Amino acid sequence: TVRVSWPCGGCSGRLRQQTWKIHFILLFSRQGKLRLQKWYTTLPDKEKKKIVREIVQIILARHQKTSSFVDWKDLKLVYKRYASLYFCCAIEDQDNELLTLEVVHRYVELLDRYFGNVCELDIIFNFEKAYFILDEFIIGGEVQDTSKRSAVKAIEDSDMLQETVEEYMNKPAF
Amino acid sequence: MPAPIRLRELIRTIRTARTQAEEREMIQKECAAIRSSFREEDNTYRCRNVAKLLYMHMLGYPAHFGQLECLKLIASQKFTDKRIGYLGAMLLLDERQDVHLLMTNCIKNDLNHSTQYVQGLALCTLGCMGSSEMCRDLAGEVEKLLKTSNSYLRKKAALCAVHVIRKVPELMEMFLPATKNLLNEKNHGVLHTSVVLLTEMCERSPDMLAHFRKLVPQLVRILKNLIMSGYSPEHDVSGISDPFLQVRILRLLRILGRNDDDSSEAMNDILAQVATNTETSKNVGNAILYETVLTIMDIKSESGLRVLAINILGRFLLNNDKNIRYVALTSLLKTVQTDHNAVQRHRSTIVDCLKDLDVSIKRRAMELSFALVNGNNVRGMMKELLYFLDSCEPEFKADCASGIFLAAEKYAPSKRWHIDTIMRVLTTAGSYVRDDAVPNLIQLITNSVEMHAYTVQRLYKAILGDYSQQPLVQVASWCIGEYGDLLVSGQCEEEEPIQVTEDEVLDILESILISNMSASVTRGYALTAIMKLSTRFTCTVNRIKKVVSIYGSSIDVELQQRAVEYNALFKKYDHMRPALLERMPVMEKVTTNGPTEIVQTNGETEPAVLETKPPPSGLQPGSQCNKDTGAGGSMLNLQKSLCLDVMEMTSVMLRMVSRFCKSPDHYFFSAGIPSITAYNKNGLKIDFTFERSNTNPSVTVITIQASNSTELDMTDFVFQAAVPKTFQLQLLSPSSSVIPAFNSGTITQVIKVLNPQKVSDSENS
Repeated sequence: TVRVSWPCGGCSGRLRQQTWKIHFILLFSRQGKLRLQKWYTTLPDKEKKKIVREIVQIILARHQKTSSFVDWKDLKLVYKRYASLYFCCAIEDQDNELLTLEVVHRYVELLDRYFGNVCELDIIFNFEKAYFILDEFIIGGEVQDTSKRSAVKAIEDSDMLQETVEEYMNKPAF
Repeated sequence: MPAPIRLRELIRTIRTARTQAEEREMIQKECAAIRSSFREEDNTYRCRNVAKLLYMHMLGYPAHFGQLECLKLIASQKFTDKRIGYLGAMLLLDERQDVHLLMTNCIKNDLNHSTQYVQGLALCTLGCMGSSEMCRDLAGEVEKLLKTSNSYLRKKAALCAVHVIRKVPELMEMFLPATKNLLNEKNHGVLHTSVVLLTEMCERSPDMLAHFRKLVPQLVRILKNLIMSGYSPEHDVSGISDPFLQVRILRLLRILGRNDDDSSEAMNDILAQVATNTETSKNVGNAILYETVLTIMDIKSESGLRVLAINILGRFLLNNDKNIRYVALTSLLKTVQTDHNAVQRHRSTIVDCLKDLDVSIKRRAMELSFALVNGNNVRGMMKELLYFLDSCEPEFKADCASGIFLAAEKYAPSKRWHIDTIMRVLTTAGSYVRDDAVPNLIQLITNSVEMHAYTVQRLYKAILGDYSQQPLVQVASWCIGEYGDLLVSGQCEEEEPIQVTEDEVLDILESILISNMSASVTRGYALTAIMKLSTRFTCTVNRIKKVVSIYGSSIDVELQQRAVEYNALFKKYDHMRPALLERMPVMEKVTTNGPTEIVQTNGETEPAVLETKPPPSGLQPGSQCNKDTGAGGSMLNLQKSLCLDVMEMTSVMLRMVSRFCKSPDHYFFSAGIPSITAYNKNGLKIDFTFERSNTNPSVTVITIQASNSTELDMTDFVFQAAVPKTFQLQLLSPSSSVIPAFNSGTITQVIKVLNPQKVSDSENS
């Protein structure tokens, strides 16, 4: 098998660059509907769509009893299902997969803390909040804060700064 | 003008669509409304409209017309606008659109904003998608914020700096002063991002690495405090304090300790402490242990620590959690070279992993198993691996087969065992065996002289029932052609010789020729085999003549050519036939350029062909050389086809020799032999020119010229030739072993062939 090389948008210079950043994060439902996509490398839109389709297919086809890791191109996909949502992180081959599982879990915890008993519908109707929370947790593919509370606090404080409260209610009823 | 509908309402509406077409219609309607709203430069609802656009973008619909609107939002004074604007920028814009540069000024202003959350937005956006130009313009601002006492901003600035360095490595120096006190911070966020920043700098610059080595004691202290400290609810994960920070510190220690005795010594104790005291019941503890193991293995640790690390991996292998087992196998694969004996102790557990359901685990277990095969355990290991070959998924079979061949070649306890193992692979996974394995196996069989009878018998029996597996059939045909006389005379010693007649043998070979399943190459083997049997069989020569003449009009050009030449051999050069078709001599070991060498028996983690080899000189690191259509792909094809053409070359040589066999007087005293192109495929062209030697009229001097019209240089080019026993061959040194690309040069080599004047009919050995 010939390994296809992965264009590393954030790195330049050496061929075998040892970076440990996350390359992208995808959230999708069991039917394969995309709920969030965060890319930490530069790619054309068309390419991103193709990749999303491919990866969603690979992961949805995975057997229950397999590991949470999939070799894909020269990256590794770390995925975990929480209720009806799949969380998928693409990391470098050399990175620590077990820790990435913890990163995913921490993100879920932050969502849960903010939304209170978070479910997929929260993410669907408040997708921009999901992004805001993610951006308080990870920048450029690296974790920026390891505290359970400070990311959520920052979002809540930011919410307070919003000029039109009626526009964006924290926990909308629907 | 009514207010545009709200985001949540739009989402709700779109979700009621029952078909894709219905959804598309709704989206188009809303996009039209949004477009006209944009045209009207509506400030109030711009934010709402862009948010809706972002939602539709996620569903897969185009949203590029919102790019400029995002910029307007970013420039707005309202926080709500900025929030959505920056989000939109990160989702819809990137460095490939010129328009993104318009953000630079806004970001610059926002980096100096009075509200930290605005500054945060700017830092985040720059750190996620900032282009090289933006990074260059704004690096100064980032550096300023790196020195602020506001930890909320400081941690973001650190990661922003990491991104800047990744995009514009030359700017790394300017961040050096700001790193001075980073590790003195109490805030975990700042600590974590500082360690990330330091790691990035050390990885990129040996000078930085040397400079930061002095931080080792401080890092050790921080790590120790984390482990010893009491429960901290904010950073606790299942009883472990800030595992993210622990792992990043361990990683930085690894980089600093690599190749440095003093640093490695300084971290020895803490590593031992973490390795022994970390709670292993949950994933988080194992994540830390995993990183610790990687660090121990990479630095100059003492042997006791290394054994400790391997044992952790051994325990991982027994863990119920598949993820842990996966990680263990990956790490063991990395260390199997350096700590071979320690890893051997876990061999049986590793072999058990071959039976795992998970494909990734199986692959790693297979690679590791091959790495662990040695002279002592080869019988047992091969048994397991052959069983694995039988039952594994098709994607593994080729690699597994290659691995078995290599291991068998290295460690076979006996020739019989070796042949049996090969047979087993060919019969179980015969269609997955790589093309180059065929010539390798043929050579192996040729050289196992005492096993010829046994081998041909076993191969014959193998294809009797089923001749669909091409590599098996090719090897079998070749052997039958060579050793068919042993087969019919029942000379096998190793096992009960079978009774088989010449006609039966020809039956099977003819079936192969006719069969739809036979590839063209296979047919070539079969035909040549039949021809060779004309000198080994006694009763069926007429039958052979008939077959050969039939194929003289075959549609397959290759077969036709062979048949015509063999026909000629019967008709005009019958006295030469025995000499030409006699037993192949023992072949010298050829170092192939083909893929067999990269199989993972030496425990490398990269089994792919093109990655382990150093790139040929014509290749640029950044090029997409691994794509199917690119240069690298055609290199692989070329290697493959070169191996396939071993037989073709033999055929060429036969033809060559047949030309010599014509009365030497006739040829040599006339105009001379015209030069020929002996080989011209996939960009490789080999020309032969002929001259009579000045000193000895019986010697013909052939000059070969090899040229290369592909885009890559061909390295390790070796020309080999064989002649029948009646001739003598001398190969002089080639001018080089590298054929430059684009026909920019050639390799020249001189071959001298001696044809004794008198060739007697009775010569037959």
